[in-house]
Amino acid sequence: MAELLRVSGLQTHYTSFGGSRVVKAVDGISFTLREGETIGLVGESGCGKTTTCLSIVGLLPSAAHIVGGNIEFDGEELTTKRAREMRHVRGRKIAMILQDPMASLNPLFSIYLQVAEPAYYHQRARGRSLRQRVRELLQAVRIPSPEVRMREYPHQMSGGMRQRVVGAIAMAGGPKLIIADEPTTNLDVTIQAQYLEVLKDIQRETGVALIFVTHNLGIVAKMCDRMAVMYAGKIVEQGSVRDLFRAGRHPYTQALLGSMPKLGSKERLLAIPGQPPNLARLPSGCAFHPRCPHAMSRCIEEEPVERLIDVQWTARCWLGDREPAKETYVSATA
Amino acid sequence: MSAPLLELKDLQKYFPVKTGSLLRRKIGWVKAVDGVDFAIFPGETLGLIGESGCGKTTTSKLILLQEAPTAGIIRFDGEDVSGLQGPELMRYRREVQVVFQDPYSSLSPRMRVGNIIAEPLEIHTDLSREALAERVAEVLELVGLQPDLARLFPHEFSGGQRQRIAIARALATNTRLIVLDEAVSALDVSIRAQIMNKLEELQQTLGVSYLFIGHDLATVAHISDRIAVMYLGQIVELADSLELCAKPQHPYTRALFTAALPSHPDERHERLTITGEVPSALDPPSGCRFHPRCPHAMPKCAVEAPVRKEIAPQHTVACHLY
Repeated sequence: MAELLRVSGLQTHYTSFGGSRVVKAVDGISFTLREGETIGLVGESGCGKTTTCLSIVGLLPSAAHIVGGNIEFDGEELTTKRAREMRHVRGRKIAMILQDPMASLNPLFSIYLQVAEPAYYHQRARGRSLRQRVRELLQAVRIPSPEVRMREYPHQMSGGMRQRVVGAIAMAGGPKLIIADEPTTNLDVTIQAQYLEVLKDIQRETGVALIFVTHNLGIVAKMCDRMAVMYAGKIVEQGSVRDLFRAGRHPYTQALLGSMPKLGSKERLLAIPGQPPNLARLPSGCAFHPRCPHAMSRCIEEEPVERLIDVQWTARCWLGDREPAKETYVSATA
Repeated sequence: MSAPLLELKDLQKYFPVKTGSLLRRKIGWVKAVDGVDFAIFPGETLGLIGESGCGKTTTSKLILLQEAPTAGIIRFDGEDVSGLQGPELMRYRREVQVVFQDPYSSLSPRMRVGNIIAEPLEIHTDLSREALAERVAEVLELVGLQPDLARLFPHEFSGGQRQRIAIARALATNTRLIVLDEAVSALDVSIRAQIMNKLEELQQTLGVSYLFIGHDLATVAHISDRIAVMYLGQIVELADSLELCAKPQHPYTRALFTAALPSHPDERHERLTITGEVPSALDPPSGCRFHPRCPHAMPKCAVEAPVRKEIAPQHTVACHLY
């Protein structure tokens, strides 16, 4: 499959007080995404997942700036594009699904108008074919009786249905990439499962690539081909979901997996001590060292470089390709 | 087994639905809790799981005496709590405490942490100032915080630390039952694991009971000894946590397990068989409330409501299949 998106060395910083204070929300991350592939961006709140996505679609708040790196999408460089040019990328080539469907739908417009808008502008559909297109989109996200539902307004729908409408809007411009930022956090478990199935079906039918932003590793296990684990604005490990779940190298990856409760097991959870760091006052060296059970003196002084572990598998840790001592975790979880 | 600490018998809570502005006519009832029975034993964690709007929080409010039940009995230590007054009521409130989901709104931003934790002690005990400070330091240490943090304000703490403060406050009065209403749902994964381990540790040392309310199956199953599954105001299945994970019986429980996210990419779940969403509690379906979504629905299910009965030791299910 052809490469669709290449993010290389992306740095997005928030500046305040006239540039005297800089928060490095995203600090040199690189990843690629092929057509039809799904990557999961995982990490705790404040690690830079959302800022990464907003950098890609060019919707950063005014305090944030891309200060370095490139975003190459479908053969085009996005970081140098002007706002007017980005408007032809957003919706048409890259779409976004946000966490709260009520905030992304306009309460004053009918479902029909909101789903039709991207198809009108980006695919130049008009009249009967536009109506047909909206009906197909609502069917694709499994909304029952679409003819009736398209005349309704967002407040008449439940949370799960609203999120499906947002999915239909995302698909309306015929994008090659959908960025889903915590799309199911507000949904109930059975509704979440239905929604994830819908997204999978859409991907199978249209071959759209997905970036899934989540803190829920279960969603990654269910939906993604590859995953990138973020900590304090950096990708500390990335690789195939299967490799990382089986033998994640970075202590943070291992800790995240260990802190996930598993059904039918009462094993004590592996808790990471301490708090995620404040991005304005990052620890020296490796940002994870104050919480890391394997921290060495080198970790405090020097920031680890990205090392190749296997094909398509990298980690940023001084433990490098030497397997970290697993015993500490076994005893902690027993 | 010892006597239950808390016992609910056929508990009901109906909220009237009114219409109009001047002549407020009752047009119906929302049956938020409709015949809930369960018991919590000393030192035990009972998990209460269900989707939004199924009556979990109303149940917790009834237990905390924030709402008066429409019908049914709540017994604490064998005593009916509906008629409690004066010192008896104070004792109940002292021994049953709560921790809410959002530690940002459950702690007063204008009080120091020490005063927040001392407040229930000032109301319920006549400890001297020195003894109060000592007790505050003691419970802070119990939940894993430095005692000298008592002079700080809540905004100086992170979400996980605030939740620890809320737990410390709930523990301060020698509590016997803590209602944990989605107490870990808002926390980041690594912090959630810290708090869950802490809760288990506290239970082992203090013998306190928990009612753990949640919607995430893996989390609830991990911490609970027994689990009650709730659907539209009723308990549809109640069993030992490990047994429920191994052999879920009620079609709704099975659907919850199918919908649960895998813990490994190679773990494959069968496709979800239930469709649609939870119907409104204002007009619940006749017979078994789950029948419009149930893949095994029979004609009988639409007519007759199933009674919860024991199908294995300590495992009760309300379904016509059994």
